[in-house]
Amino acid sequence: MSKQSHYKTTTAIQASLKKRYATERRFQWYGRLAVLTGFIFLFILLADIVSKGTPAFTQHFIKVDVIFDREKLGIDSSATPTEIAHADYSAAIKSSLRTMFPDVSTRGEKKSLYRLISVGAQYSLRDMAIDNPALIGTTREIWLPAHSEAGSYLKNQVSKDLPESERKIKDIQIKWLDTLGEEGRTESRFNRTFFTSGDSREPEMAGIKAALYGSFYTLLVTFLLAFPIGVMAAVYLEEFAPRNRLTDLIEININNLAAVPSIVFGLLGLAVFINFFELPRSAPLVGGIVLALITLPTIIITSRAAIGAVSPSIYQAAMGVGASKLQTVVHHVLPVAMPGILTGSIIGMAQALGETAPLLMIGMVAFIMDVPGGVTDPSTVLPVQIFLWADSPERGFTEKTSAAIMVLMGFLVLMNALAVFLRKRFELK
Amino acid sequence: MQTTTIFLTLLALCVLSFFMGRNRSRVVAMRLGGGLASLHSLPQHYGYMAAMWAAIPALFLLVLWSGFESTILYKLVVAQLPQSIQDMPTSELGLYYNQLQGFAQGGFDGTEGDPAQVAASEHYRVLASSSSQLKAAMVLIVAVLGGLLAVRRVTPLLRARNHVEKIFEWILFGSSLVAVLTTLGIILSILFEAIRFFKVIPLQDFLFGLQWSPQMAIRADQVAASGSFGFLPLLVGTLLISTVALLIAVPVGLMSAIYLSEYASRRFRAVTKPVLEILAGVPTVVYGFFAALTVAPFIRELGESVGLSVASESAMAAGLVMGIMIIPFVMSLSDDIINAVPDSLREASLGMGATMSETIRKVVMPAALPGIVGGILLAASRAIGETMIVVMAAGLSAKLTINPLEAVTTITVQIVSLLVGDQEFDNPKTLAAFALGLVLFFVTLLLNVVALYVVRKYREQYE
Repeated sequence: MSKQSHYKTTTAIQASLKKRYATERRFQWYGRLAVLTGFIFLFILLADIVSKGTPAFTQHFIKVDVIFDREKLGIDSSATPTEIAHADYSAAIKSSLRTMFPDVSTRGEKKSLYRLISVGAQYSLRDMAIDNPALIGTTREIWLPAHSEAGSYLKNQVSKDLPESERKIKDIQIKWLDTLGEEGRTESRFNRTFFTSGDSREPEMAGIKAALYGSFYTLLVTFLLAFPIGVMAAVYLEEFAPRNRLTDLIEININNLAAVPSIVFGLLGLAVFINFFELPRSAPLVGGIVLALITLPTIIITSRAAIGAVSPSIYQAAMGVGASKLQTVVHHVLPVAMPGILTGSIIGMAQALGETAPLLMIGMVAFIMDVPGGVTDPSTVLPVQIFLWADSPERGFTEKTSAAIMVLMGFLVLMNALAVFLRKRFELK
Repeated sequence: MQTTTIFLTLLALCVLSFFMGRNRSRVVAMRLGGGLASLHSLPQHYGYMAAMWAAIPALFLLVLWSGFESTILYKLVVAQLPQSIQDMPTSELGLYYNQLQGFAQGGFDGTEGDPAQVAASEHYRVLASSSSQLKAAMVLIVAVLGGLLAVRRVTPLLRARNHVEKIFEWILFGSSLVAVLTTLGIILSILFEAIRFFKVIPLQDFLFGLQWSPQMAIRADQVAASGSFGFLPLLVGTLLISTVALLIAVPVGLMSAIYLSEYASRRFRAVTKPVLEILAGVPTVVYGFFAALTVAPFIRELGESVGLSVASESAMAAGLVMGIMIIPFVMSLSDDIINAVPDSLREASLGMGATMSETIRKVVMPAALPGIVGGILLAASRAIGETMIVVMAAGLSAKLTINPLEAVTTITVQIVSLLVGDQEFDNPKTLAAFALGLVLFFVTLLLNVVALYVVRKYREQYE
C-alpha cells in the first residue's frame, strides 16, 4: 500500500469516525431520553394524584351557635332517649343559622344558607344530645362540618373571579363565608370522617372505612386460600412431581394462567361461584376466591423459585440422618425457603389489593355505607370505591378519589417494602 | 346447623382424633413391652393418621352435600308444584322459586304469594331444615367413625408415617391441580354461556358484523335486530387503543432497557430500575382515574389549540396511559432478552472496531430480535386484556374507526358494561359478555403461547 492511499484511507476513516461518534452520542441520548420519559410519566402521575388528593385530608368546620330549641327539635322536656334520638336536629341547625344571619329572608337565600353546613351535621348533634341530654334547651357554640362546596371555597379551590353561573357556590354564600372567616368561625382540621365512615352521597360525609374493611376481608380470604394451596402446589411441582405429561401440562397451565386477563377470572367467578354454587353476590368471600385464583400463579412461581434455590446440602444432611422426603421438605427446606415464599406471597397480595375489574363482575360495586361484619356481607373494596367515586361528577368526590388512591398506594408501598425487606434478609443468608 | 359450626366441630373432632391416635399408639407400645421404640412410626404420626381419617371423608361428604343440596331441593320442591306452574319458562320458574325461598326465610310475609306458593314454601322450609340437620349429623358421624376406625387400627406394626405421607402427597398433588381446574373452569363456564349466546345470534353475525349496539336487545321483541351484535368495531377499537399503547411503550421501554443494560453504571441502574418498576405496581384503577381526569382533558385541549376536534374519551388518552402502564413490562422483558445475548458477540463486534451503538444495532438487536418480538406480543396481550383504564377513559359507543382522536370502545369495556348491574342470564345482552370473554381469552391465550414459544426457542439458541 502506497503512502498516498494510506493517507487517504486514514482521512476517510477519520471523517467517518466523526459521524460515527456523533451517532453514538445520539444513540446514548435516545437511551437517556427514554429513561427520562419514564421518570417524567411517573412524576406526573404521582404529582397529579398527590396534588388532587391532599386537600381531602383536611376538612373545614364552621362554628355555629346551635340553639337546642325544644320546639324546633319537636320534643318536650320529658323526652325519652328514643325521642331524643329521633328529634329533628336539621331544623335546629337551620333555625340557628337564621339567628346568626337575621337579614336572610327569601326562600332561595335561606336554602343557600343551609347549604353551608353539611347534611351530616345533624347526626353529630344527635350523638351529642344522646350522650348529654342536658344540652337540650341550651345554646352552645359547636363546630359543625361545612358542606363540600363551602369547604371547597374555604380551601381556596374556587376562584372568585369566575362568573357566578360557572361555580357551584353563590356570591352570597361567599359573602357569608368571608364574614364567618373574619369572625374566626371557620377552621380547617384533619379529616377524620374520611377514615371513620363508609360511602355517602355527600362528599364531605364519605369515607373509606367500609371499603378498607371490605378489602381486608377479601384479602384475608385470598390469603387463606392462595397461600397454602400455592405453597403446596409449589412443593409438589418442585419436589415430588414425576417428569411426565401431566406435570408438563400443569406447568404450562400455570404459566398461561398468569397471563390470562383478570376480567376473565371475573367471568369465571360470576358463572361458577355465583350462578352455579349460588354463593352470595357482592361478598368478600367470592371476591377473595376469585382473587386467590388470580394470585395463585404468582405465588406458585415465586415459591418454586425459592424452594429451588435451597442449597442441596440441606437435603443431603436431612436425608442422611434418615428423614423421609416429606420430613426433609417440611422441617428443613420450607423454613429456609420461607422468606422467599413470603416475598412472593406479599407481592401477590399487593397485586390482589389493587385488582378491580374481576370484582366489578361479581357485583362488588354496590353502594356500601356500613362496615361489613364478615366475609358474606355485601361490601366493596378500596379500588372499587375509587372507581365508584371517580365516576361521580361532583368536585368533592374528585379529591376523595385521589385521597383514597393515596391510601391505597400507601398500603401497596408498605407491602412492597416488607417484601423488599424480606428479600434483603434472605439474600444475606 | 351453619356450615361454619359444622366446620368448627369437625376441626375439634380432628384435634381430638389426633390426641387419641397418639395416645393409643403409646398405650399399645407400652402394653407390648417394647417401649416407644417398638413403634414403626413416631407417636404423632399415628395421631396425624387418625386426624386425617376423621377429616378427609367428612369434608368430602360436606362439600358434596353442599354442592348438590340446592339442586336437589329445587327438583323436589318444583315437583310438588301444580303442573301449570311447572310448565312456566325456566326463568319465570326461577323467579317464582326465588320468591318462594324468600317466603320460607321469612323475608316477606306470606300474604303476597298465591296459596300454592305459600304451601310450597312451607314444604321447602321443612325440606331445607331437615336437609341441613341431616347434613350436619352425617358429616359428624362420618368424622367420628373415620377417627375411631383409624384409632382402632393402631398397632406397632402399622406404617403410619408412610400412610400419612402418602395422603399428604395426594393433597399436594391436588393443590397443583387447582391451576388446571381453574383453566378448565374458565373454558367450560365461558364456553357454555357463549354457546347459549350463539344459539340466539349466529356466529357469523357476531364475527363479521359491523354494528355493535347491545342496548337494542333489552326487550324480547327487539332481539330480531341481530345485526347489533357485530364484534368487529370492538376488535378494531381494542386494537387501536393497544396500538397507541404499544407505540408509546415499546420505544420507551426498549430504549430504556438498552440504555440500562448496555450503558448505565451499576449504581444508576440499581436506582433507576426499581423506580421505573413502580409504574408496574400502580393499580390499574389509578391509571384509569389519571387517564379520565387528567390526560383526556389535556389531550382534548391540546388538540383544540391546534384546531383538531378531539373526543373527550379519545382512544389517544386511554392508549397513552395504557402505554405508560406497560413501559416497565416491556423494559424488564427486553432487559432479560438483551442480557441473554452472549458477551462474545459484543466483544467480537467491539474488537472489530465498531462503536457501542453500532454493536447494539447491528449485532445485539438482530440476535435479540425474536425474543423482543416475543416480549412485545406479551405486552400486546396485556394491553388487549386491560380493563380498568379503558372502562374509565374509553367510550361506550362502538364506532368503526382508526382515528385515535375519536372515542372507541373495547372488548373489555363492553364486558363490564354488559354485566355490571345486570343479573338475568337468559338474555343475549348478558350472554354476549361471555362470548366476548371467550374471544378475549383465546386471543390472549394465543398471543401468550406464541410469545412464550418464541422466547423459549430464543433462549435455547444461546444456552
